[in-house]
Amino acid sequence: MWFLTHAWIIPALMALSFLLILFFGKKMPKKGSEIGIAAIGIAFILALLTAGSWYTHNNEEVEGHGDAAAMADVQEGCSNEVDHLAAEDHGEETEDAGDHEGEEPTDVGDSDEGTDDHALGQSDSGEYAAPAATSTAVASEGEEEHVTRPVVRCAAWAEIGTPGSSLITWGTMVDGQSVLMLVVVTLISLMVFIYSSEYVSGDRRYTHYFAFLSLFSASMLFFVLAQSTIQMIVGWELVGVCSFVLIGHWWEEKPNSNAALKAFLTNRVGDIGLLIGVAILYFAAGRSFSILDLNILAANGGISHGILLVASVCLIFAVMSKSGQFILHTWLPDAMAGPTPVSALIHAATMVVAGIYMVARLYPVFFEGLSISGSSVNFLAIVGAVTAMFGALLAFVQKDIKKVLAYSTISQLGFMVTALGVGAWTAALFHLFTHAMFKATLFLGAGSLSNAAHHSFDMVNDMGGMRKVLPRTFWTFIVATAALAGIFPLSGFWSKDEILAGHGSLFSAGGNGTYHVMLVMLLIGAFCTAAYMTRTIWYAFYGEFRGHGTPHESGSRITVPLIILATLGAVVGVLNLPEEIGPFTFPESISLQFEHFVEPVGAYFPTISHAEFNIPLAIFSLALALSAVLLTYLYYWKGAFKFLHGLSERNRVAGLGKTILVNKYYFDWLYTDVITGFVKGPAARATNWFNQHVLDGIVDGTAKGAVVAGQFVYENIDQKVVDGAVNGAAITTSEAGGVLRHLQTGRIQQYAALFFAAAALLAGVFVVAIG
Amino acid sequence: MTDFLNDWGLILITFLPLAGALVMLAVPKESEETQKTIALVASGAAFALGVAFLINFDYDSAGVLQYVVDNEWIPIINSRFILGIDGISLPLLALTVLIVPLVIIYSWNHIPSPGNPKAFLALILLLETGMVGTFVAQDLILFFVFFEIVLLPMFFIIGVWGGPDRKYASIKFFLFTLFGSALMIVSFLALYFMSAEQTFDMRILQELGGLDIARTTQILIFGGMFLGFGIKVPMFPFHTWLPDAHTQAPTQGSVILAAVLLKLGTYGFVRIALPLLPEGAQWWAPIIAVLAVIGIIYGALACLAQTDMKRLIAFSSVAHMGFVMLAVATLTDFGINAAVFGMVAHGLITGMLFFVAGSIKERYHTLEISRLGGLLISAPKLGWILGLSAMASLGLPGLAGFWGEFPAILSAYEPAPMLSEPLFRTLMVIAALGTVLAAGYLLWMYQRTAMGTPPEEFADDPEITDVNTAEWISWTPMLLLIVVLGFFPSLIFNMTNPAATAIAAAATGG
Repeated sequence: MWFLTHAWIIPALMALSFLLILFFGKKMPKKGSEIGIAAIGIAFILALLTAGSWYTHNNEEVEGHGDAAAMADVQEGCSNEVDHLAAEDHGEETEDAGDHEGEEPTDVGDSDEGTDDHALGQSDSGEYAAPAATSTAVASEGEEEHVTRPVVRCAAWAEIGTPGSSLITWGTMVDGQSVLMLVVVTLISLMVFIYSSEYVSGDRRYTHYFAFLSLFSASMLFFVLAQSTIQMIVGWELVGVCSFVLIGHWWEEKPNSNAALKAFLTNRVGDIGLLIGVAILYFAAGRSFSILDLNILAANGGISHGILLVASVCLIFAVMSKSGQFILHTWLPDAMAGPTPVSALIHAATMVVAGIYMVARLYPVFFEGLSISGSSVNFLAIVGAVTAMFGALLAFVQKDIKKVLAYSTISQLGFMVTALGVGAWTAALFHLFTHAMFKATLFLGAGSLSNAAHHSFDMVNDMGGMRKVLPRTFWTFIVATAALAGIFPLSGFWSKDEILAGHGSLFSAGGNGTYHVMLVMLLIGAFCTAAYMTRTIWYAFYGEFRGHGTPHESGSRITVPLIILATLGAVVGVLNLPEEIGPFTFPESISLQFEHFVEPVGAYFPTISHAEFNIPLAIFSLALALSAVLLTYLYYWKGAFKFLHGLSERNRVAGLGKTILVNKYYFDWLYTDVITGFVKGPAARATNWFNQHVLDGIVDGTAKGAVVAGQFVYENIDQKVVDGAVNGAAITTSEAGGVLRHLQTGRIQQYAALFFAAAALLAGVFVVAIG
Repeated sequence: MTDFLNDWGLILITFLPLAGALVMLAVPKESEETQKTIALVASGAAFALGVAFLINFDYDSAGVLQYVVDNEWIPIINSRFILGIDGISLPLLALTVLIVPLVIIYSWNHIPSPGNPKAFLALILLLETGMVGTFVAQDLILFFVFFEIVLLPMFFIIGVWGGPDRKYASIKFFLFTLFGSALMIVSFLALYFMSAEQTFDMRILQELGGLDIARTTQILIFGGMFLGFGIKVPMFPFHTWLPDAHTQAPTQGSVILAAVLLKLGTYGFVRIALPLLPEGAQWWAPIIAVLAVIGIIYGALACLAQTDMKRLIAFSSVAHMGFVMLAVATLTDFGINAAVFGMVAHGLITGMLFFVAGSIKERYHTLEISRLGGLLISAPKLGWILGLSAMASLGLPGLAGFWGEFPAILSAYEPAPMLSEPLFRTLMVIAALGTVLAAGYLLWMYQRTAMGTPPEEFADDPEITDVNTAEWISWTPMLLLIVVLGFFPSLIFNMTNPAATAIAAAATGG
């Protein structure tokens, strides 16, 4: 339990590491990298211990019954809904009222009652009662039904609004999902830290690099442990700024700083959705940012469907930018301008899955808002499937190995998003988990390749034949590729198959509905994935070496992380073996371990049903992947399909298709040239012109007008009428000269005096108007 | 301690700087070190008092005025000398007494041409008295006097120590704000005559809550205040004095202008206009909100077109104060909290940006963005500080700017019940769009000035040195606060929340 309640130590440790490296790093013998590696090493061990603790905690027998008992580990004050549950549970015992359905809140002063009915969905308010009833039923059904007990700790962050009821909190929400991410983030970070100590050695900003890697880990851990949505925003943006800094690590060159800016600004666009979505949910949940509150209310009909729909669409907008989904994916390939380990850690394994994590975290909002259960199409599933397919197509025309991997990441993130869109929650997280391993291997492998190829990532022109000189890199790359392509029995096979099965097969419904269109798109995506990865292997490792110099295998600080990650990428699939595959039945102790560990059961999670392992679908998708590999093999290795070579030059349709792909569907042109160009150019200039000429023109014109009017008054009224009356009797010949003298001296005083006169006049008008 | 603060605290914190200025006048002009020391001691003493207030303040009852001083002043017009602070005044008071000594430290070796530290620092001290006085005054006439005192020293600071166009800028600043003030005093007088009590005592007037004034009259009176405060904020379309004043003012002037002076306007709205004229506020709120959001987008677009760094930062103030005014216009507790936080955050962050811009100007002798570049190579620490300030300015969570910006956007989702929800929600979305533009202009500015390699003309310029001691001393507190407030926003919200709740209740007639 201690580890579950003290999870905050892990991000705090990394934040401390950031500060230490920032202030003392340059004075250390290894320039600060030792601080970072030590810190992330400890963090990793702590994360494993936390995971062990969670395993024990999650398998313990629950004392008591119902939702209140499940929420016993939630600290008081962290969630209004849980506090109400606890109060109600207490009330049940004393009042001896087992069922309070339909019970009227007689006590006017007790405001808890009203919200409770509402919160638990036990009110008979029509349409929302149905899902709520099932949820409660499931939670307390049989003996074997297990209830998840999240461990939540929080502290007051700020109080805005009526004292006592509008506390904003921050803290840690530890359950299977966050523990999973703790392990993933610290594991990949640890590997990347070690790898970097060799990969970027001698870099001009070595210390600074490790400082920001530490800050990134801290922010990411802060994000995954978030107890409130506002804390999520903070973590979400902090990882974004670390990504900005690290993409632009070599900011001396313009393309790098451009890529950094593009990443940050595109994410800002998506953040609009996040800010608004969180704002909507805050008010919908009765002024609460608590994730538990939102989930309990959303899962049990406490928030109307319309509001959930709007909020989830807003949040999906944020997912599009952060997780590189169409149509806000354009920054991710450019982000490859950063150092390769950064790409592996931030732009493949961790930060870009923040969007997926957020959807999974607030899943009741999406599940109810998008009516995922029982439908066959929804926004989230479409976004994911489109991304999965079109992203994979783009990977075909890339020459830069990192760009291939970047589009591959976009496509795989699309798989996860679709999985969430069709209700395959566990499958999405499982794929997130396996993908982190093998995609990190691929990126780090690409780094090792470029180390050998004079820091070039151009696999078409500067690589080739690397398998002989970089055997370790080669084998780990092959294993990771096979895992990514979904070849049995590597991890990618299991996780991808779970996602596909979640859609239902062509002949049967999936767990939560039949998503056939998305299934077809994902299958196309899977086919392409196997093909473009085979192409990559051809260019990088086979054929003749096309670069210059003599390539050599990287040192052990690069290859050992590669081997560890590739091994994990190969085997972690066993963590979530299905219960049965046709006639084979796996014992309960080894099947679906991941699901039991991660997936919540209870009031803060919707009731989702799980698809069974689908043998025909699995065989079909495996055959699809293998045939893609085979066809690509024949094409590149054996020179088969000769008519395809140079097809895009000969055939207009094929040429057009290639042009569209090379131009990345023209999104970059639209965003950078059209939209940004317009805002920075004509729109900004027009505003400035308006400011300088219209508004300022009015101001200056008014001042000039006042001066002219004042002069007129002075010359004609003051001097002629007033003065004239006074001096009328004593007009002398020197009068004309006197007026001239008046005019030529004291200009400034006149100016000020006249202005006062004008102001007084206006004030007078005002007084009259009021009177 | 409490007794001392109760009896003398507010009077001392207001007039110590003025006393310092008077002492400086007695010291000959030639002993510059003595002049600087006196100025630092006087403003330092005010700062120490500010800290004492922060420690001693009763946070549980931050909604009521504390340390009240109530003396007879001008009996013939029923105006009394009333000072007092609550949770709205205290953070702004603290901001003021913090910024001024830092500016004086910065001035130690940065007295702008034509020199004369005696006059320059004396004016800054006079300015401090005016600003502090405005935040603690609880009588309308007294408030007005302090509000106007501020004008004069700033006029001279810009007009004497400013850039090439200083005459135009200073006169524009002076006349523009004076115009607003004229209408404001008329409004105050109208309030006095229309109200049954015939008093300038803000406490009594707030209690009355405009109940004895007809709705249309309230709307008209509010209109006068709207112009007076709105020009000071400045709100679109009354902002055109600001870019000129900022561009021409010396660094110290810009910092004080951005950090504190603009807040006099927003503070006026929160302290006077809203609670004293609730029905007027409700009528004007949608107009204020629309203008605020126009200001956000307009300011951001104008920023994108700027070629001068200081002018860019000046326009960014228009955008940022737009967020503050949008929050004020929601008339909710959330909004007013956000507004006050936004004021403090903007003070620190934009003040910091102007400091950095001043230091860049001193080293490069230009702020033309196209001529700069590679600051991170020429002066790495200065470049990082600029980066941090720019990030804070675009509202990055974890830094102070976030807690002004996000709650402001959030509050617009659910404005006070009598206001139009669809309107405010539309404005919320547009305001959120403004955050993207903010990131755009700040990062493009940063990319062009700090990233890349230094241009040839500055590549080996020996004058371009990194942050010096005086700069470190004056900047560190601000940088620390920007980070600390980002992670511990309750440091401010603890003060503001009770008071903001009370003001929101007053403004919505609840």
